[in-house]
Amino acid sequence: MSAALVAEAPSALELRGINKRFGDVVALADAELVVRRGTVHAVLGENGAGKSTLMRIAFGLERADSGRILIDGATMHGGSVQESARAGVGMVHQHLSLVGNFTIAENLELGGHGRFSPAATRERLSRLSEESGLRVPFDAMVRDLSIVEQQRLEILKALSLGARVLILDEPTAVLAPTDVSELLAWIRAFVSSGGTVVLVTHKLREALAVADEVTVLRRGRVVLSAAAGATDETRLAASIFSDAAPTLSPPSTFSATSTTAAVFEAADVSVIDAGGVTRVHSANVIVRRGEILGVAAVDGSGHRELLQVMAALRRPDRGVVRGASRIAFIPADRARDAIIGEFTLTENVALHGLGARRGVMPWTSLMAHTAGLITRFGVVASSAKAQMRTLSGGNQQRVVVARELAHEVDLVVADNPTRGLDLKATTFVHEQLRRAARNGAGVVVHSSDLDEVLALATRVVVVFHGAVLDAPLDRDAIGKAMLGATAA
Amino acid sequence: MLSAPDVTQVLEAFWRGSLGTSSALISGTLVRAVPLMLVGVGTAIAFRAGVFNIGGEGQLLMGGVAATVVGLQWAHALGPGAVVASLIAGAVAGAAWAGIAGILRSRFGVLEVITTIMLNFVAANLVSYAVRGPLQEPTHIYPQTETIAPNARLPLLMSETRLHVGIIVALVIAVSAWWMMTRTAVGFRMRAVGTSPTAARSSGRVDVAAVSMTALMLSGALAGLAGGIEVTGVTYALYENLSPGYGFSAIAVAILARLNPVAVIATAVFFATLETGALGMQRDAGVPSVVATALEAVVILVVIGIAGGSWERVARTRDVAAAHD
Repeated sequence: MSAALVAEAPSALELRGINKRFGDVVALADAELVVRRGTVHAVLGENGAGKSTLMRIAFGLERADSGRILIDGATMHGGSVQESARAGVGMVHQHLSLVGNFTIAENLELGGHGRFSPAATRERLSRLSEESGLRVPFDAMVRDLSIVEQQRLEILKALSLGARVLILDEPTAVLAPTDVSELLAWIRAFVSSGGTVVLVTHKLREALAVADEVTVLRRGRVVLSAAAGATDETRLAASIFSDAAPTLSPPSTFSATSTTAAVFEAADVSVIDAGGVTRVHSANVIVRRGEILGVAAVDGSGHRELLQVMAALRRPDRGVVRGASRIAFIPADRARDAIIGEFTLTENVALHGLGARRGVMPWTSLMAHTAGLITRFGVVASSAKAQMRTLSGGNQQRVVVARELAHEVDLVVADNPTRGLDLKATTFVHEQLRRAARNGAGVVVHSSDLDEVLALATRVVVVFHGAVLDAPLDRDAIGKAMLGATAA
Repeated sequence: MLSAPDVTQVLEAFWRGSLGTSSALISGTLVRAVPLMLVGVGTAIAFRAGVFNIGGEGQLLMGGVAATVVGLQWAHALGPGAVVASLIAGAVAGAAWAGIAGILRSRFGVLEVITTIMLNFVAANLVSYAVRGPLQEPTHIYPQTETIAPNARLPLLMSETRLHVGIIVALVIAVSAWWMMTRTAVGFRMRAVGTSPTAARSSGRVDVAAVSMTALMLSGALAGLAGGIEVTGVTYALYENLSPGYGFSAIAVAILARLNPVAVIATAVFFATLETGALGMQRDAGVPSVVATALEAVVILVVIGIAGGSWERVARTRDVAAAHD
């Protein structure tokens, strides 16, 4: 659709002055989004910028604190999926929500009413599939479908409920490159037949390739809204990231030379996930003693798998890995991977190296060790016998960092080590990581916050679509590389 | 309808049948507490490790079969070592029977809750077959085996009673299991895996599958040992009704003990009291056995309701484990 036509098209979905808070956190502040009928509208932004929240409000999964939602010009009450579905809005979530042990027809009718007739559903499905051009093997069980087919089925599900406005939340994050271009082509075909698509994505090139209009969110506010033709990768990247956070601490200065000993080395390493998708593709990475290697990437780029390989928690499917044996690992999901809330602090500290431990647990000395860590690392806890879950998030993370860095280590792998922490705790974690590097460990840090990566790293690699690329220590260049933009 | 004197009579019968006389206590209740204790400790270990072994009954029966075979076939050759050999055979058979469920889980992802239950039926039918076929007594009249040789029998703890040294074995094992779970690396690994398999793997580099398998086979071994002790200490032969559902009651025993092996000692005696008391009510007060059994079940439901918190915790662990398998 030409730019002039786009501007004139009536709006299919309008979000006006949307505000939303979660406790003390402002998720959205006066967010505005106007999606015109027959167009693709890309919504861009960093993790936590408020994209998903805005979409959940549009779809009725979440109720806004204030603001108006209009679908085809009609005002919605909001907060009801039934209401928005009736008005013609459908949403495909990033994490697909299908029932694996059901057939496709059964999945399609989930949430339906009255009698279920598999034959009638199959009939309807095949007509819908014909019309929409989304092909799925009708008689298969959902668990036997590939990720691409599951996604098609999710879209079919939305269409079968009469959706004319499709919200796709990061649909390409799970797809291989060829599948991505196929999906984008389908999106274009869908809008040219009168549909409307809101595409939430991290990837600039994708947004520019397929969208008519683009809206960028940053910290819950709309910072840019423009026709796709009137902007470019550089400007988008700048508006996504430019609001640089106040620097927490001076950047690290050490620069490892090629003569410094390597503590981790990956040659031609590939990782393939359970679904058969290549998450890391022929990566070559070296981590040297004394350096802090920043890993910059947007969600779903394959960096998580790369970090798991580095932490020796996952064997690569191809390639050779050589690494140190003394590894400290600070996982991103603290509650799931780093601590056991029901256990005492001492028991949580004792998790370190548990897999290789033999004989009797030296609880007395472990308790003394934990008490020492509590003092040394400034953990606020009643005693080493306190239950982990009684501590605040920041203090839990202090315990994790203390546990991992109290021993001499060769390699530190930290994945979002300061997620959810306040400034003081963040500064503390940063200091500890720097200290580990000064003491001769190789440190690898990934953070969803590019500023944090830049504050810590002495060297940066970018992971995009499974490829690991060296990047200069330059904010704009890294930002662009993370989003798959060509280096200018 | 029951009138007041009847109620007194029934309660008296319960008391006499369970704890009221020294013979009821020693030869009845305590003897019955032994298998409940052993299977209960095994169940507590497995549940603590997040493994849902509901197959104690089948593992106990297979232990009984193995101990019987040793007691019948090799008692003579083994001489004084025959009892120990029988018990070891029982434990090994129980562990192997549980191991089948373990392999099905690790290879094909079949939940052990399902397979261990199913294997209970397989074991019960195997026993039926054995006592009517290959292991039947020589006259081929009764569905049972010949009695095992005297040197393959567990010595009695007190003469003139039925209490055998198996109770000492059970007590020592309960205390050892508690020590293992709280003081050793093996036990701590099991607790960590049972509470958070993801944290055990990521932060402890624990081989979660291996730990689950160990816990499952260990609990199977204890159930198998219980079966071996029943044969060598109580029945001296294999019958179809070797176990009146010890494997199932033991689940309630473990849960009521909040999965603490030492507390299992008390809850096992408690459940044994309920069961012998119910038998007493049936025998002396003419309470139909179904009523006695139903009463027992009501008590189990009530105590499980009271101990419900531990079930919830266990179920939550289960969800976490399943989500990250």
